[in-house]
Amino acid sequence: MSTTLSATTLLAVPLAPLAGALIAGILGTTFGGNVIGRRASHTATILGVLVAFVLSVSTLMDVIDGARFNATIYEWMRIGSLKMEIGFMVDGLTAMMMCVVTFVSLMVHLYTIGYMEEDAGYNRFFAYISLFTFSMLMLVMSNNLLQLFFGWEAVGLVSYLLIGFWYNKPTAIFANMKAFLVNRVGDFGFILGIGLIVAHTGSLNYTEIFAKASELGAIGFANPFGGADWLLVTVICICLFIGAMGKSAQFPLHVWLPDSMEGPTPISALIHAATMVTAGIFMVSRMSPLFELSDTALNFILIIGAITALFMGFLGIIQNDIKRVVAYSTLSQLGYMTVALGASVYSVAVFHLMTHAFFKALLFLAAGSVIMGLHHNQDIRWMGGVRKYMPVTWITFLLGTLALIGTPLFSGFYSKDSIIESVHFSNLPAAGFAYAAVLAGVFVTSFYSFRLYFLVFHGKERYDQNPDAHHGHDDHGHGHGDGKPHETPWVVTVPLVLLAIPSVFIGFFTIEPMLFGDFLKDAITINAELHPALSKFAEIFHGPMAMTLHGFSTPPFWLALAGAVSAWYMYLINPSVPAAIGRALKPLVTVMENKYYLDWFNENVIARGARALGTGLWKGGDRGLIEGGVVNASWKLVGWVSSVVRQAQSGYLYHYALVMIVGVLLFMTYFVWIAR
Amino acid sequence: MGLLSLAIWTPIFFGVVLLAFGRDSQAAMVRWIALVGSVVSLAVTVPLYTGFQLGTAAMQFVEKTLWIGRFNIHYHLGVDGISLWLVLLTAFITVIVVIASWEAITSRVNQYMGAFLILSGLMIGVFSAQDAMLFYVFFEATLIPMYLIIGIWGGQNKIYAAFKFFLYTLLGSLLMLVALIYLYTQSGGSFDLATWYKLPLSGTAQTLLFFAFFAAFAVKVPMWPVHTWLPDVHVEAPTGGSAVLAAIMLKLGAYGFLRFSMPILPDASHEWAWLMIALSLVAVVYVGLVAMVQKDMKKLVAYSSVAHMGFVTLGFFVFSDIGVAGGIVQMVAHGFVSAAMFLCIGVLYDRVHSREIADYGGVVNTMPKFTAFALLFVMANSGLPGTAGFVGEWMVILAAVKANFWVGMAAASALIFGAAYSLWMFKRVYLGPPGNSQVKALVDINAREFLVLALLAVMVLYMGIHPKPFTDVMDASVAELLRHVAISKLP
Repeated sequence: MSTTLSATTLLAVPLAPLAGALIAGILGTTFGGNVIGRRASHTATILGVLVAFVLSVSTLMDVIDGARFNATIYEWMRIGSLKMEIGFMVDGLTAMMMCVVTFVSLMVHLYTIGYMEEDAGYNRFFAYISLFTFSMLMLVMSNNLLQLFFGWEAVGLVSYLLIGFWYNKPTAIFANMKAFLVNRVGDFGFILGIGLIVAHTGSLNYTEIFAKASELGAIGFANPFGGADWLLVTVICICLFIGAMGKSAQFPLHVWLPDSMEGPTPISALIHAATMVTAGIFMVSRMSPLFELSDTALNFILIIGAITALFMGFLGIIQNDIKRVVAYSTLSQLGYMTVALGASVYSVAVFHLMTHAFFKALLFLAAGSVIMGLHHNQDIRWMGGVRKYMPVTWITFLLGTLALIGTPLFSGFYSKDSIIESVHFSNLPAAGFAYAAVLAGVFVTSFYSFRLYFLVFHGKERYDQNPDAHHGHDDHGHGHGDGKPHETPWVVTVPLVLLAIPSVFIGFFTIEPMLFGDFLKDAITINAELHPALSKFAEIFHGPMAMTLHGFSTPPFWLALAGAVSAWYMYLINPSVPAAIGRALKPLVTVMENKYYLDWFNENVIARGARALGTGLWKGGDRGLIEGGVVNASWKLVGWVSSVVRQAQSGYLYHYALVMIVGVLLFMTYFVWIAR
Repeated sequence: MGLLSLAIWTPIFFGVVLLAFGRDSQAAMVRWIALVGSVVSLAVTVPLYTGFQLGTAAMQFVEKTLWIGRFNIHYHLGVDGISLWLVLLTAFITVIVVIASWEAITSRVNQYMGAFLILSGLMIGVFSAQDAMLFYVFFEATLIPMYLIIGIWGGQNKIYAAFKFFLYTLLGSLLMLVALIYLYTQSGGSFDLATWYKLPLSGTAQTLLFFAFFAAFAVKVPMWPVHTWLPDVHVEAPTGGSAVLAAIMLKLGAYGFLRFSMPILPDASHEWAWLMIALSLVAVVYVGLVAMVQKDMKKLVAYSSVAHMGFVTLGFFVFSDIGVAGGIVQMVAHGFVSAAMFLCIGVLYDRVHSREIADYGGVVNTMPKFTAFALLFVMANSGLPGTAGFVGEWMVILAAVKANFWVGMAAASALIFGAAYSLWMFKRVYLGPPGNSQVKALVDINAREFLVLALLAVMVLYMGIHPKPFTDVMDASVAELLRHVAISKLP
């Protein structure tokens, strides 16, 4: 039993995937002349991630035994007393994140062998996902805000590269730019938050910042609109949270996530469900000593989270693209985590982050498996009855769905019910709204999940009704067989099975140590007097078994059941009902089909407005005022003056003589008569 | 001969040799001599770095001899932490430009290469002159080779552009000359910068001098609203000219603020800091927006240069160690990144003979290697951590937030604008299906182009991942500068 962690081992965790990424990315692509083939590329990257996973698990074991690590590895730069460093901080939160990231990444690497088999960019894809794993590990292992920001932007870069992986697809290269830019809006807030922290604590290091947290809490921030001062810490926390809103796709910065589905499915599972999008949740949890100081910020977080949880769930109901349903579900679940953050139960948010990572990665990979099995059809209207052809995918997808809707005993139950319970106990003003939203969200989640499930795996087979069967969304070629689905190869199904195991069991076994034990105690700070949600929840918690039994009699359970049953009735028994409802609520459906008009607003008001403003400044300001008004006017003035003065240079001797005589006369007059 | 003199006169010597003996019939040899000359010139600057003493703000490698006795003008050279990296950058970029112009220039090769080598020596002279008149001579002399580079090897409107460049910058510098002469008389007949740093000056005099220097330096940076010459000139300049202009010549102006305005006129600098900050923020926001709507790649990068240089002046005039150091880092970083951006445009221009974004699309399909480099530089241009472009912006944003949150907020908007114009261009030029038959027929970069871009890529990544060697050099000199700025000189 070791209780110390070595810097070398920790360093090897992110560097192993980086090495894999460099090998595959440089030697395996056109850039380095395709020196190595596919087998070498995937072997190198999988080996790198495997090493990272094994070391992460061993780190987790050590952390459970009480080992901690917090030290600087490398000095990036130092200005005066401000140190900017790369360093690791390993505690329960980090160790858990490391394991989740490397495990899901390993599964996705394996899965990719099957999924990307026929893609020309095979090696490039492996390089990207390994690079992502490196970046994400640097992000979660950091002991300071600089490295966090590095990892933050690096995962954004890889996400950009992967959404636009099929660079000839116009929708994909629009989606990746959109994702990057919307994330930059978040980063804009994030960097300002970091800047304020540095300005007032003189440090980027978590430990040093937290040591000064109470001082920070006492500083005011001049209100620009007059009136009473704000709290500095409120401004800091809201700025940081804006960063989280970008990365974790919270309303209204969520718009990039559904579009990110343009990328290949393995990355939707890895990046846009399990890991990267949870970076914001992780960051806020990490910064909990600051967020605890500002009720205003927490209320703000509650509201944003609640809006995301409920309203993004609604959109999941009307999607017909299998990946987009899961994407909206991800948005909604991220909203749940955010609500937990706002209720000051950070450990619950992190707990849901973990369970969600498993079952959502599972759902995405299973969805990808369906897409493969159905010859790259993604539209659930043309699916149905798939369970007969793809038994492994079917069962694992069902398990994932049950976990997602919070069926007792499944992992999602423990984390989601904990969120609902603790929001109920929160004493913040916004908690009431948030509680209603997350409760209603349970029904919605269950409804869209089972709608998806029934449309895909049950009911009539509708493959031949697809009007554009040969124009699947994934535009890389695939063998078109007889149109019947087929089960996917083992490299695809094995990761599904391996992900299904934690999706079912992990909640039951980890809820006690994660929420009420010592595992996250030193990573997360909660001011229990001001924010008693978790301690009140602890009072009614009597072990996971009791919670499970109790879980069958709570409102969330009945809501989930109601959602599942309505989906069953509406999509299997009486399929005319949804259409009737759609007709009855036509205006509402239109609003939802347009995604609340946010994309319209962003494209027509913000993007177009910025371009119009740019054009106006360019043509009106630069060209018109500065160039036309000043520069060229002075140019012309000089020309005009010289043209006038030029008249004097006539070249005729008598002109000059005349001017001289007149001049002499004037001088004489002056000296003789005036200056006398 | 001292190291600095070597650094200045080696490239000039090679340049003069090329001008005197080079013929287009021997173009191949001319190129090789130019390459050797630039590499030797870079090599002689290396001891400046290896022999540089950290921890002192004193001028190093000082050379001082009387030049024009009658006016007490000295040939006085020296470098400190502020100028050292700019000297190295100049020599490095010259090598890059020589290699990059290898095939693109076919007429008057000796004159072209000679002009760049001479220009390189002159710019190093600007960065190392410790005598104001020597500075002025170098500063003005740099105009001549650049004027010729634009006027002879430029595009369709080259004469207009060359004149615009020359007149704009010359008009600015004339006011500086007046300021220099005033300071000369005030200091009892000295052009020595160190003497001027101690010179007491009244508030009015400081303000007038501040604006005289401002006229020269702001045009060069260029700061809004005297930036409009830059896009026009970049569009007409040959690739190498654009690269040097963006990478180094713009820094002459920013450097002037550090060497003259701030330490000589501390009270006026403080008094007018609000104006400098405001103009810098306009550059970041306004010019960022203008860059977004450009249809010509070179114009876009030119506007993006103005926006990035806004960070430099912003960093300087918040008067903090991290801000000033950040401004200098941004100068060096922008040197690598903007040179790379212009060279990338050059690679495309050499093949398609168009700078219009609309004439491209889907370049990645035919030029995957090149696109990988272009992506790196585009990301650096939008300030991605791990690249050079991030370091300076990060430092300046931290400094700005510390000085005033709202200033920091305006500056941080560059995160959005920078990404918007860079990535939108990248999308339209490089991504998507091939836009036309010319793009379909493109041939990927050859070994020479690969080398040029790889050298810059290495520097961009090195500076992003390990900026310590850059900032460590600056530390003591920045502290000394701030000490000067903090002391009032009002009599």
